[in-house]
Amino acid sequence: MIEKNDKKQLLAIPMGLWAAAFVGLSLLYIIGLSLLTKGEGFSYSPPLTLDNYIKLREKQYISSLLLSLRLAFFTTLISAFVGYPFAYFISKASPKKRVWLLVMLIAPFWTNALIRIYGWKILFYANGPINTLLKSIGIIERPLKLLYTEGAVLIGMVYCMLPFFVLPVYSSVERIDWSMVEASRDLGASPLKAFITVTIPMTSAGIMAGLVLTFIPSVGLFFISDLLGGSNTMLWGNLIQNELLKSHDMPFAAALSVVLLIMTAIVLFIYRRQGGEAESMVY
Amino acid sequence: MKKNTPLSKLYITFTMLLLYLPILVVVLFSFNANTGRTASMSFTGFSTYWYKDLLSPVTGFGTQLKSSLEVALWSVFIAGVLAILGAIGMVRRKVGKSLASKITYKAIGAGEQLAMLPMMIPELIMGISLMALFRLFKLPFGKTTLILSHITFCVPYILVTVKSRLITLDPSLVEAARDLGASPFKAIITVTLPLVAPAILSGSLLAFAMSMDDFVISFFVSGAETTTLPLKIYSSVKVGVTPKVNAMCTVMLGFAFLMVGGGQLVSAYAERRKELS
Repeated sequence: MIEKNDKKQLLAIPMGLWAAAFVGLSLLYIIGLSLLTKGEGFSYSPPLTLDNYIKLREKQYISSLLLSLRLAFFTTLISAFVGYPFAYFISKASPKKRVWLLVMLIAPFWTNALIRIYGWKILFYANGPINTLLKSIGIIERPLKLLYTEGAVLIGMVYCMLPFFVLPVYSSVERIDWSMVEASRDLGASPLKAFITVTIPMTSAGIMAGLVLTFIPSVGLFFISDLLGGSNTMLWGNLIQNELLKSHDMPFAAALSVVLLIMTAIVLFIYRRQGGEAESMVY
Repeated sequence: MKKNTPLSKLYITFTMLLLYLPILVVVLFSFNANTGRTASMSFTGFSTYWYKDLLSPVTGFGTQLKSSLEVALWSVFIAGVLAILGAIGMVRRKVGKSLASKITYKAIGAGEQLAMLPMMIPELIMGISLMALFRLFKLPFGKTTLILSHITFCVPYILVTVKSRLITLDPSLVEAARDLGASPFKAIITVTLPLVAPAILSGSLLAFAMSMDDFVISFFVSGAETTTLPLKIYSSVKVGVTPKVNAMCTVMLGFAFLMVGGGQLVSAYAERRKELS
C-alpha cells in the first residue's frame, strides 16, 4: 500500500505519463526505427538490420560529422573567450547597471533566432551593408564573399549561443567570495595569476554549464548553416533534415539522430559526473 | 572588489553593439523605401510600405500569427496544468517503507526526469522523434500535432520555475492550513497556488515565448495547411529576398522587448512585495 504521507506525489502522474508517451516512447521509437529498412515513400519495414549504421562509414557522413564537431567546438571555444570576460565585467558593474545589462543581453535572445540570423544574412550579402561600407572607405575594390561560407556559419552560431554561455558564468561570478581573490593578491600573486588560480576555479561550475549549454545545441543546429552556409556546409543536422524531407528515408534519418543523441548523452553524462545539475542549465 | 576599468566598459559596449547589430539592420531595412529586388540589401529611403503590405489580408501574415497564438495559448495552458501539478507533487515528497511505495517513488521520479529531457537534448531530435511518433499513430499533421509537441517542450520550463519557488516556501504554511481543517485540495488552492503565482506567471511567459519562437520542432510536426510565424519566416528567408519579413520581424522584436520589459516589472513588483512582507 502507498502510505498516506506520500500521496501528494501522485499529482505528478499526469506529467510523468505525458513525458513517458511523448518523450520516452518517441525516443525509444526512433532507436527502433533506425534498425529498420526504408521502403516506398515514408514507409519502412523489418528485417532488423544495422545497415543504417554501417552506411555511416561513407566519406560524406564522416566529413559531415567532423565538420559539425569542428564548428561546434569552435563555437563553444569562441563563445567562452568572448563570453567569460563579458559575464565577468557585467557582474562587476554597479547593481543598477547590472540589471540593465542583463536585460539587454537577454532581450535579443527572446526574439526569434531566425530573425537574428536573417539580420546577419542581410549584412553578409555581396552588395549588403558590410561590403558597401568597406568599398566606400576604399579597403576593398570588389565585394568579399561573406555569405555561404563556413565563417558566416561560425559567426551566426556564436551569435546565437553566446547568451547560453554568459548567463551561467555570470551567476557563478556573482557568487564569488572576493576575499579569496584579495587574499591571493595579498600573498603576492599577480592579478593574472590570481585570476587563473583563484577566480577561474571558483567559477568552474558556471563554465562547465556554459560549455555544455553551448556545445549541445551547436551540434544539432541546422537552420543557421542552412541560411548562412547554403549547400556548402552540410552539418549533421542538415543531413538529418535532407534524409527526412528529400529522401524520405526515415530509418536512416533515425540512425543519424541516434548518433546525435549518443553524443548528447556522452556530454551530459560527463557533465553530471562533474557534479553539474540539470536545473542550473536554465538560469 | 575592483570596479570596471574604461577598457572593460569598452568591451561591454562593443559586445553589446555586436549583439544588436543584426537586429538594428532588420529594423532599419523594414523602413526601406526600395521595393525592388535589392530591397534587402540597399537602403534608399524611409517608407512604411512593408508594414502596409504586412497588414494586407491577401499577402499579410495574419493567418500565421493566428495559428502561432492559438498553438502557444493551448500549449502553455495544458503544459501549465501538467507542470504545476507535477511541481507540487515532486517537492518534498516522501518515500514509504513498502515495496509498492518505493516503486511509485522511483517511477514518478523517472517520469520527472523524462519531462525535463526536452530542455536538454537537441530540438532536432525532439522534432524528429515526435514526427516519427505521430506517423506511427497516423495522426494527421496540423494544429493538433503542433500543440502536442509544444506542450511537451513547454512543460520543463514551467516545471523548473514553479519547483524552484516551491522549494523556498515554508512547508509549515500548508501544514497550518491543514491543521485548521482545510482539505489537501483546499490547502493547495488557497495557500500553495497564490504563493507560487509569480513563478507560475514567469514560467508561463517563458514557455509562451518558447512556443511562439519555436521553429525547429514545429518544422517537423506541422502540416501543409498550418503554418506558424517562425515557419513562415524561415520559408521566406530561405528563398532570399523578402523584405516584408523585415517588417514582420520588427513587430515581433517590439513584442519580445515588451515581454521582457513586462517580465522585469513583474519580478520587480514581486521583489518589492517580498521586502514589504
